[in-house]
Amino acid sequence: MWWRSASFIRDRQNQNPNPNPKPSSLLHSALDDPPSPTSTSMAALNPNPNPNPISAYYQTRAEHHAVVTSDWLAQSVEAAAGDVAASVGAAAGASKAEGGGVGVIEEFNYWRKKPDLAEAVAAIMALGAVIRSSEATTMNELDIELKKASNNLKSWDTTSISLSAACDLFIRYVTRTSALEYEDFDAAKRRLIERAEKFGEISLKARKTIAMLSQDFISDGCTILVHGYSRVVLEVLKMAASDKKLFRVLCTEGRPDRTGLRFSKELAALGIPVKLLIDSAVAYAMDEVDMVFVGADGVVESGGIINMMGTYQVALVAHSMNKPVYVAAESFKFARLYPLDQKDLEPALRPIEFGVPIPSGVEVETSARDYTPPQYLTLLFTDLGVLTPSVVSDELIQLYV
Amino acid sequence: MDLRRPNRPVIGPKVRQVGFITPDSGSATASTSIPAVAAAATAAGSPPSSLSPVMIPPPRHPSTEMSNPHYHPIGSYNPSEQILGSPPALSPSRSSRFDADGSDFGGDDDESVALSGVGGGMTPKSSLLMRQPVTKTAPPVSETTKRDSNVSKGKAAGPSAAPKEKLTRAERRAAQEAQRAAKAAAKEAAAAGGAPSVSKQPKPATKPTNQQKKDGASGSGPLQPLAPSGSIEKKQGKKEVAAPHPRMQFDDMTKVGKLKKRAVVNQSEARNRVELFRHLPQYEHGTQLPDLESKFFQLDPIHPSVYQVGLQFLSDKISGGNARCIAMLLAFKEVIQDYTTPPEKTLTRDLGAKVGSCVSFLIECRPLSVSMGNAIRFLKNRISSLPHNLSDKEAKSRLQSDIDRFINEKIIIASKAIVEHGVSKIRDGDVLLTYGSPSVVESIFAYAHGIKKNFRVVVVDSRPKHEGQGLLRRLVERGIHCTYTHINAVSYVMHEVTRVFLGASSVLSNGTVYSRVGTACVAMVAHAFRVPVLVCCEAYKFHERVQLDSICSNELGDPDAISKVSGRKDLNYLDGWAQNENLQLLNLKYDATPSDYVSVLVTEQGMLPPTSVPVIIREYGIERLWT
Repeated sequence: MWWRSASFIRDRQNQNPNPNPKPSSLLHSALDDPPSPTSTSMAALNPNPNPNPISAYYQTRAEHHAVVTSDWLAQSVEAAAGDVAASVGAAAGASKAEGGGVGVIEEFNYWRKKPDLAEAVAAIMALGAVIRSSEATTMNELDIELKKASNNLKSWDTTSISLSAACDLFIRYVTRTSALEYEDFDAAKRRLIERAEKFGEISLKARKTIAMLSQDFISDGCTILVHGYSRVVLEVLKMAASDKKLFRVLCTEGRPDRTGLRFSKELAALGIPVKLLIDSAVAYAMDEVDMVFVGADGVVESGGIINMMGTYQVALVAHSMNKPVYVAAESFKFARLYPLDQKDLEPALRPIEFGVPIPSGVEVETSARDYTPPQYLTLLFTDLGVLTPSVVSDELIQLYV
Repeated sequence: MDLRRPNRPVIGPKVRQVGFITPDSGSATASTSIPAVAAAATAAGSPPSSLSPVMIPPPRHPSTEMSNPHYHPIGSYNPSEQILGSPPALSPSRSSRFDADGSDFGGDDDESVALSGVGGGMTPKSSLLMRQPVTKTAPPVSETTKRDSNVSKGKAAGPSAAPKEKLTRAERRAAQEAQRAAKAAAKEAAAAGGAPSVSKQPKPATKPTNQQKKDGASGSGPLQPLAPSGSIEKKQGKKEVAAPHPRMQFDDMTKVGKLKKRAVVNQSEARNRVELFRHLPQYEHGTQLPDLESKFFQLDPIHPSVYQVGLQFLSDKISGGNARCIAMLLAFKEVIQDYTTPPEKTLTRDLGAKVGSCVSFLIECRPLSVSMGNAIRFLKNRISSLPHNLSDKEAKSRLQSDIDRFINEKIIIASKAIVEHGVSKIRDGDVLLTYGSPSVVESIFAYAHGIKKNFRVVVVDSRPKHEGQGLLRRLVERGIHCTYTHINAVSYVMHEVTRVFLGASSVLSNGTVYSRVGTACVAMVAHAFRVPVLVCCEAYKFHERVQLDSICSNELGDPDAISKVSGRKDLNYLDGWAQNENLQLLNLKYDATPSDYVSVLVTEQGMLPPTSVPVIIREYGIERLWT
């Protein structure tokens, strides 16, 4: 049956006699179907199947940013921990290759516990450990093992862009060398380990590099608008403050998890003058802003970014007032995705508390992030240098094709 | 995230240097260029937070690397030099890569000279070089075009010649002012003396500026010798970097006369052509076919298969970029099959010339498309790179398998890859719009329908070719729900569309999409309605030329096709008016869509923004194929 326009999807949802708690599940039903009995076999492979519609992406963010809004988080962490334990038990009896897959998760969790480490860097470190501890005897075996480990990591959180991007980039970078074919296995493996360590080190240093590169863009007396909590942006501002630069920061509130509040707290501790705005005051405050600084969850092939909900509207307002929008993002966030519009993403859902009970029959948009097209971005500060959005694709082509 | 592109071994490390990195200039400069404080800081291995933002990181060098093991340079994911075991001074830097590219382009120019010897060549030309012959040797050109070309020449010459000029801008301007003043004075004197008619007044007014522009162009010396006359160019060695050949301009009467003498196909030109498009060939349709058929047994040098393909082009039996390219390559395959090297000649040279004559015959039948130009360039490359010690048989079989591989990898497999990428952007419930009858888009729709995606198609069509009807028929036969409309209604249907899929004849390096006329209109309407526009195009259709409008390079169709409406006998207002001098009919075949209106290019290399075309050309162009 055909409807007049694409909005029939929404219409059909509204007419759905069995109200679904997840609004976009019709579009992406495969993604967030509740775990059915048939998927129990999957659970052994995937140590973190989401028992609730809240994405692992959001859980990790919440953990890192110490934002706890309700007990849903504790529950989901418990569920995830229980699953990991179960899968460890299951894997103990399974084959050796399976053991490698679980090892990577343990390693990953070890690195993830470090407070200042991005999840993607933890994944890179964990993959490096896989190569080091591998018992493979041929290049091919090692390759398969690595792929398996990276798939394991990716399935840990299917919605995290930087995690899957970092895994892919690691494999591309580490195994991409023609010299490998001409050596014996041990030398080749040593080379791989060396490169893995180098990649890990580059990723660890990325934030410092970005902070250094972006100092030229922050001048005395400027006003910077930031949106969301980004550790890269914090590093940039921290370095600028330690250089005795005088600037002012406007922080958005970052509803519903109040990331802006936490960000402003950190900035205030550094002695930077901060003003807090509610999210809807962006346009009001834009005329006194000199530049907009945002982080990114992922940088996609078009050169646009995927970031916390609200970035798109901040960028739109800034663009219409001719203010530059700068994005600080490490290069391991470059992902081979090409969203055409906002709905063309894997949704990452999050809980939203309104403080008052939501009237029955009212839907809530719970997406946690949006896509900002490249034409609204001015420059990207990455550890590869200061790039225009179109260079992102250039880099990705050189690495992947 | 899935790997959308096939894995390919990457041969060498690519060093990308960004940020504050100074060029590799050896250890001597390195030790002096680093500020002593920073060097001390890095040597002590202090945490990077103490790095001052103005510090210039030392160049990559083994000695400095060893002295501070904690230091890591900013850079792309490059395999580091010490890992690959080669000294950094020898590592291919970005600049050396550009050098390699430069020589590649030089070789490419050679090819194109041979290719476009007769006309309608496909190589990139600066507008200056295109225009120069016109202004020099074209007495019958009308005043307006002359002025126009002069203006463009002046504009083009200005910036490119600027660095070579000894005069400063101010001095030049002063000279021009003086000239202008002198002219004005002369004019006034003439006006005082004689009695000029009023109608002639505008002419002297424009003349001085013309003169100045010309002076400016001739003053910019270094460009002058570049304007090639045919004989000089032929004398130049093949290996030398020849000046680019000017594209054939059909408003140049002497050139056209020469061309006619050589031409196999006897064509009479249409009389009333639109002013702006006089540089493009336009022939009266329907006259060539019987003439060619009568010549069939006299045409000795043209191979029958090429002849057949040429006739099919002429009568529009084969149309569409891929179909024409495949037909041409298959014909060339037969030419190679039947080829025997004449005595005292070498295969590489003689076969190249033979293919060249076939190409010029095809050009006479219909101008080449960019995709065909690229395919010919590839074939000529292969012919000229054949080793000399090969026997005829081996060489021929090698060339034939090369052609097969080209068709297979660059066209057939590529379109399959495009289909996979394109389908990933079709969601259930989408309304997809397409224009004309692009073959790749058709297979995307067919495949998406095959995997049970739930979508609807709007086929937009236009006069006079009605290509969309064929597409519509095939889609409806498959059971896809379709809407058919003409381009006049595109703004009406656009509001319900969620994706626009378009094909392309070629994609140029500034991202401009050169495609069937009307495509630009559809893309602009889609952009205005904020509907994503996906252009599906194989990478072998990419070209390094830059084009800003649809005027410089285009193809003119039969003007009768737009003056007559089939099936409407009563609409006869234009009958017999084609010879009227006041009536000019314009039937353009292509137009250029600016890259702003294109959301994504779907190629076999993946989905790319239109800004990435030069990257693909640079990394995986035709020249880089199997070298």
